[in-house]
Formats: sequence, structure tokens, C-alpha cells
Amino acid sequence: MAWTWFHRLGSPPYIYGLAARLTPWFAWSAAALIGGGLFGGLFLAPPDYQQGEDFRIIYVHAPTAWMSLMVYSTMGISAGVGLIWRIKIAHAVAASCAPIGASFTFAALVTGSLWGGRMWGTYWEWDPRIVSELILLFLYLGYMGLRSAMDDMQRADRASAVLAVVGIVNVPIIHYSVLWWNSLHQAPSVMQLGKPTMPASMLTPLLMTLLGFTVLFAALLLVRLRAEILNRERTASWIREAVTS
Amino acid sequence: MNTSVIETSATGTSAFEAARLVLARDVRLALRKRGQLVQPLAFFAIVTTLFPLGISPELSRLRDVAPGVLWVAALLSSLLALEFLFRDDAQDGTLEQHVLSGQSLTWLLFAKTVAHWLLTGLPLAVMAPLAGLALGVPAAAVSGIVLSVAIGSVALSLIGSIGAALTLGVKRSGALLSLLTLPLSMPVLIFGARATELAIKGAGFAPPLYLLGALAVLGITLAPLAAAAAVRISLE
Amino acid sequence: MLRGVRFCVNAGECLQITGGNGAGKTSLLRTLSGLMYPEEGTISWCGSNIRRDLQAFHGDLAYIGHEPPLKPDLTAYENLRYWVGVRRRLANDEMSRELGRMGAEQWSNRPVRTLSAGQKRRVALAGLLLMAAPLWLLDEPTTNLDTEGQRLVGTLIEEHLAGGGLAVAAIHHELTISAALVRRLELSSK
Repeated sequence: MAWTWFHRLGSPPYIYGLAARLTPWFAWSAAALIGGGLFGGLFLAPPDYQQGEDFRIIYVHAPTAWMSLMVYSTMGISAGVGLIWRIKIAHAVAASCAPIGASFTFAALVTGSLWGGRMWGTYWEWDPRIVSELILLFLYLGYMGLRSAMDDMQRADRASAVLAVVGIVNVPIIHYSVLWWNSLHQAPSVMQLGKPTMPASMLTPLLMTLLGFTVLFAALLLVRLRAEILNRERTASWIREAVTS
Repeated sequence: MNTSVIETSATGTSAFEAARLVLARDVRLALRKRGQLVQPLAFFAIVTTLFPLGISPELSRLRDVAPGVLWVAALLSSLLALEFLFRDDAQDGTLEQHVLSGQSLTWLLFAKTVAHWLLTGLPLAVMAPLAGLALGVPAAAVSGIVLSVAIGSVALSLIGSIGAALTLGVKRSGALLSLLTLPLSMPVLIFGARATELAIKGAGFAPPLYLLGALAVLGITLAPLAAAAAVRISLE
Repeated sequence: MLRGVRFCVNAGECLQITGGNGAGKTSLLRTLSGLMYPEEGTISWCGSNIRRDLQAFHGDLAYIGHEPPLKPDLTAYENLRYWVGVRRRLANDEMSRELGRMGAEQWSNRPVRTLSAGQKRRVALAGLLLMAAPLWLLDEPTTNLDTEGQRLVGTLIEEHLAGGGLAVAAIHHELTISAALVRRLELSSK
């Protein structure tokens, strides 16, 4: 019973249809969660006693930073699955994740930079979190660069999968070495995320936007995945029916 | 010559002997093209020279930036040297024969990377202190520089072997190889530069050296596996 | 992409694969050798799927691709020692014997880059013999050889088959071996 479900997951036509049906649910939930979270964070939450109104950028910055890592893990895991068990859909998922993750990373860097600009007057600091995000962006760019360098889709899939898996092993190493490097030099830290004892009026919108961005990722992934499937299976017979129906 | 071929011969080569042969071959080949071996070292020297030209001729200022300069130059020249690791073998079919040899590809590629380190990393470890002295580094720091570059370049060769294997057959892969390899090499840069900095100050540089060693060991255990996977993929 | 290929080769047989350019002869050989992965279907050697223990299968396999796998800066002797020596222990007199058989003895101490294409092919054939593997996969084994060389290839294959070995060869024109030993497979590019 469970096996047939698993096998269906590996079938491009099935996923193509499933993704189409699921996308509206995810998209609308994301809109609701992010909308509600932003409303609560921008208007309802009281100003931070240290940072005033500036802290509100956290409602966009924190989710994007969190997503940049989460998407990389998703990419690495699905690439690994595709590599080991030779499941083509898994490779399509990984390929679809990359641009989304890179965009989240870029957004995290930009929002972090804006935040730093307001707080410290400088728009860039060699803070360990910023540097880690920057290196993560390089990892994403490397993955996408390797993919685009190869004409043969299968080879691009498998080579970039090796890279993604190597990347996943390296992300903690890079993160801790950057942290270690930073601790030696006592550079100012931009991201004061605030103590865990945030009042509920601040915390709830944050959790809402966090969840909302996760759901948004799911929606974006499904949309990109359908496009990936179309591209990969364009010579297959089921495509003609699926597209015209 | 009519012996039946189906009988498996008991004269198969052991894994160690196979690795020794691969290493010996690579070293012998490199020594026959000695001019090529010098290129990464010349590159290292040139890059090191660029910094005084761009910053200042004052040794006191150069001494401050020496750890970073030495290590950035070392990273870049080890990138350049990666050309020699797999490219020739991939083009003339000998890499394919390694895959088909019946020996563990991971082990053979490890032997190749060791040869590569002997030919590029170790000479770099000898040159780096000389460049350091030219940047105003005190003579007492030489041992620290040699050790940190020697160990760090092991990690760099191993990390680089992954990128080199992944970009086999990609035309004009220089920029892509850098994009893939440099982010992964940043921890080596961080620990190596710190060890060099401490050596220059005359302080104990053992902690970052141990961290470098840990990276090298991690590389030894994992990098050849990834490189072997990448090589097989490039031949598919 | 190849579809619908099925065959069986037994000991003492040689399968000749023919077909125009781009028909997939090299791809088929590379799939048989385990270098390429077949999307569907299996390749079995001595009753078991080669994927089960690819390394062991490679121990039984000698594959020579389009270009002889020789390093231009090494001599023929050195090439053979490093190429075949990784697989099985070689004695010097073995190497000189096989090189002699291939008519390559005189120039076996020069760097391979000084040799002509036909001479390189002969060195590669010496390596093939030295590998002492039961299964030969050969991609255009007679390329760059003169008529005498081509007959030599035929003789080598016949001896190999007589000793219980198998051969699969992608060829452009017929090998000079007795018809009784030959099976044929023609690939057509549709």
C-alpha cells in the first residue's frame, strides 16, 4: 500500500497534476499567514525598547534567513535521494529549489544590510551571520553555475547532486569556522535577534511570518517543479494531453 | 600463450601496490614536465608581490597583512594547480582505465591527490615562508608558516579534487572551479591565517594548527569519495 | 539512446557490433563496461548482475576505447607497467614478450608521443594481452593498423576465444577471424 504511493511520487505526470492541485492551497495559506504576520508585526506589536521601530524588519529578515538554510537542506536532501536511488523527480525538486533558495538568501542579505544601516550607520559589517549568509549565497550560485555548465541534463543532475551533498556537509563547518573567526576579532554584531523572552505580541507575528514563508516556499517550489517537469519531459507523450487539457 | 583465461589469476595487484603505482606515475610524469610544476609557485610569488605594490612598501604595514596575503595567494595558486590533477588523465583515457581497473577508485584518486600535494602543496609550504620573510615576517615565524601551509595545502588539495572532478569536461571551467572550491576552502583560510598570525606574534599556534589538521583528516576521509562519485558521473 | 538491445555471448565467441556513425556502438560498449548506466535492463556476467559487484566485474574486464590509453610522456614499458600493473603484477620479461609479439619491441623505450598512431595501437594491444582478462570490450580495435596489423588483431582474438575468453568488438569492417566464432549485432539509427 505504502509502496504504491511512493512509486506514484516518482512519476512525473502524477506529480505534475498533484502540484497543480496543491499550489492554490499553499499560495493562499502563505498569503494569509504572511499578511497576518506582517500586519501584526508592523502595526500591532509594540516598538522595541532598544531599537524602536527599526526592529520590525525582523519580520521579513528572520524568515528569509531561516528559509535560505531550510531550502538548502531540502535541495541537498532531494539531490542526495536522486543521486543514490536514481529518482529523476528528486533531481527536478533540487533544481527547482536552487533559485528560490538563492533569492531568499539574497533577500536575507539585503534586509540584514538595511537593518545594519539603520542600527549602525554602515550597510555592511563582517558579522559572522552576514558572512555565513554570503557564503551560502556562493554555494547556491556554485550549484546553479555547475548545472548550467552542462548540456546533458542527467549529467548536470548528478554532478550538482554531488556538489549539493558536499555543500550540506560543509555548511556547519563553514558556519562554525566563521563564528570562530569572528570571536577572535570582536567585530560588532548586527543581528540582535532579541532574547527568547519576546512578548507574545512580538513573537506571534514572527512565528506567523516564519510559517508563512515556509508555505510560500512550498507554493513556489510546486510552481517551479511543474515548469521543470515540462522542460524535462517535453518529448514525452503525456505532456501534450496534460498541457492542452 | 594458450593458457585458459577464465581462471582468475592469483597475481592481482594489492591495493597498496596499485596506489603506489598511481602515485609514482603521476610524480614521474610531472617531473618530465618540470616547467609546468613551477607555474603555480611563480603565480604564488607574483600574487604576493602584488600586495606591497597595492598597499605600501613599509614592512611594518606588510607584516600586519602578511597572514592574509600569504593565505589568499596560497589558496589562489592551489586553485591554479588543480588543472594538473585530472585534466590530462580525463583527456587521454587513463582516468577511464582507473575506473575500470578493478581497484577502488576512491583509493586511486586519493593516491593521485597525494601525488598532487607532493608536487604542488609541499613546494608551496617551502615557498610561503620565503614570501613571508619578504613581507617583513620575523624569522621565528618560519616554522609556523611551513607547518600551517603544509597541513592546510593537504586540505586544499583534497577539497580542490572534488571541484576538479565535478568540472571535468566543462570547457573554460576556471571561474566555475573557483566558485565551487573557494567557499569550501574558506575554513582552511581562516584557520591557516590565524595560525600564521599567531606564529608571527610569537604566540603558540597549536590550536588553529590542530583545527587545520582536523580539516585535513576530514578531507582525507570524505573528499576522495566525493571525487570518485564525480569522476564516475563525468564518464557516464 | 539505444533501445531494444538484447544478446548473449558465451565463452569462445566474439560479438561484432556494426552500425553507422552515431548508431550507438561506443555507447553500447561503455554501457556493457559499466561506465554508463542503463535506464532499463540489466547486464549480467557469469550469471550475476554486474552492478552487484562492479569492481569484481572490472577485474575480469579489459576495455580499450577509441584512443589507446597511453601517456605521451611515458615510454611504452612505463605505460604498460602503470596501466596494467595496477591490475596485476607484471614481470619485465612478460612485457617485452608481448611487446615483441606486437612488433613494438624496437620502439618501446621511447616516449609514446614519438610513436605513430599505428604503433600506439600496437602498444595498446600488448597491454590488452597483458591484462589477461576473460572479457574483452574493444572499440574499433583495428583503427590505424595496416593489413598485417589487422590480421594480427584477428589472430589475437582467435587465440583469446580458444582459451575460453569472450570478446565484444565494435567495428567498421569485418575482423579477420573464422566465421564460426562470430555473432553479429547491427545497430541502426532510426
